[in-house]
Amino acid sequence: MRNIMIIIKKQLKDTIKNKTILIQFILFPLMTVIMENAITLEGMPELFFTKLFAIMYIGMAPITSVAAIISEEKEKNTLRVLMMANVMPWQYLCGVGFYVWAICMIGAGVMSLGFSGKDRAFFLGLMGIGFFISILAGACVGIFAKNQMAATSLVMPGMMILAFLPMLSMFNEKIAKVAKIFYTEQLKNILEKMSFSDMPENAVWIILLNAVVFVFLFSFVYKRKGLE
Amino acid sequence: MIQCQNIYKSYDTKTVLNGIDFTIPDGEIFGLLGPSGAGKTTIIKILTGQLSFDKGAVRILDKEVGDLTGEDKKQIGIMMDQFGLYERLSCADNLKIYADIYGIPHSRVKEILQRVGLADSTKLSAANLSKGMRARLLLARVFMHKPKIIFLDEPTSGLDPQSMRAIHRIILEKKKEGCTIFLTTHNMEEATALCDTVALLNDGKIVDYGKPKEICRKYNHQKKIILHLSGGEDLELSHEKESAKQIYDLLQAEEIETIHSSEPTLETVFLELTGRDFGEEE
Ligand SMILES: Nc1ncnc2c1ncn2[C@@H]1O[C@H](COP(=O)(O)OP(=O)(O)OP(=O)(O)O)[C@@H](O)[C@H]1O
Ligand SMILES: [Mg+2]
Repeated sequence: MRNIMIIIKKQLKDTIKNKTILIQFILFPLMTVIMENAITLEGMPELFFTKLFAIMYIGMAPITSVAAIISEEKEKNTLRVLMMANVMPWQYLCGVGFYVWAICMIGAGVMSLGFSGKDRAFFLGLMGIGFFISILAGACVGIFAKNQMAATSLVMPGMMILAFLPMLSMFNEKIAKVAKIFYTEQLKNILEKMSFSDMPENAVWIILLNAVVFVFLFSFVYKRKGLE
Repeated sequence: MIQCQNIYKSYDTKTVLNGIDFTIPDGEIFGLLGPSGAGKTTIIKILTGQLSFDKGAVRILDKEVGDLTGEDKKQIGIMMDQFGLYERLSCADNLKIYADIYGIPHSRVKEILQRVGLADSTKLSAANLSKGMRARLLLARVFMHKPKIIFLDEPTSGLDPQSMRAIHRIILEKKKEGCTIFLTTHNMEEATALCDTVALLNDGKIVDYGKPKEICRKYNHQKKIILHLSGGEDLELSHEKESAKQIYDLLQAEEIETIHSSEPTLETVFLELTGRDFGEEE
């Protein structure tokens, strides 16, 4: 437990100085606040930008940051020093994962300003689940990639699919059919309805399936590659 | 005590270590010398449990390496050339992470930075350190938790003479405190100056082993005296009676500028043992 806290503390110190990651964390919450306040169009669904950016936030920030953090530590060989100092791989992964999750939740908190009461809790709950799955995906990439370069080029296509398909599917039926199998699209659908009773069919199952797939992928990659 | 018995290691088809044997008593500085690719880093990795080996036994802290617990590992300090720093964090923050892991108060971070001569750079981020400062920070991290056994893989390679001396001083201080130190180097002078025992490694075999001076003396069979004359030319004389008269005459005539006896250095010993020039692959 202490080691997990140490990793979190280290990451917090690093965040302020690591501009590329910092931008990932604040870009979408900031855009949400700006757009929601600046633009109001006739007939636009309520909190349109909040919901749109929320899904993109889920599909981008946790994946890129987790992949970047892990792959950088591998590339610079700082991870190995931690392991030699008897920090366990799971402690490291929990530390990084929790740190990214917590920061993203703060971002989601900022995004949730437009909601009130029960809706806000609902929104944050969904975001929390989305971040968790994305962090798993990012960890898969981080463990798999040899260095930061490789991680970035692996993250790119995944991010495109997870972050942008849900948006494109609003305009295109065919894309919507493909996008359906991804958790981000399903989260978007739930966000549109904003309630448990009116939940789109199968959404929960698809999200759960996504989570399971990433858990398996993660343990597979981890077994093959370890943290070296 | 570090004990290495008949270690064999091969990567795929290539044999890298061919029966390595040595024992390092507590409180000694042991130097492993060898050209690039001899297997020095491989030996350190095996001794520190980062790499498995095919045959043989390694004992450290009175245990097999495989049986070392987390607590045991806290008594070991390792510096490898590839080990990195958190580039964006300051020197102090880099050390504080490990202070936390080892349960050392943060007050000690300042103390140890002072000790390696980085007191003025505590706030500087690691990315902005010079090569010599970086090496000292890495060293500080190794020593911070007061390990009993220290492994240093080429601690001074590529450093200026001043940083090198600073690091030698720190290493010798640690020896005084009772640490056992295992270091690898390309640098013969360094080995002679620091080490109680050296082993010469070539192609995965230890070709000689002993006190640096003794090894040199043992290979001192081509004893020679080298004179540099005021005329500019060099003269090599054998270390025998017949040379005495010649030297006497030259001295009388005030023709000698410098005079040396050529004890073999570890470098020439190595060359003689292996027929391989030491620096050739550097
Ligand atoms: N992971 C690996 N896979 C295959 N061969 C390897 C691997 N690591 C090292 N070797 C080989 O083992 C041999 C010894 O390498 P090692 O790094 O121990 O040399 P070294 O003495 O430390 O050299 P240097 O002075 O350059 O650091 C080399 O020939 C190298 O090519
Ligand atoms: Mg080496």
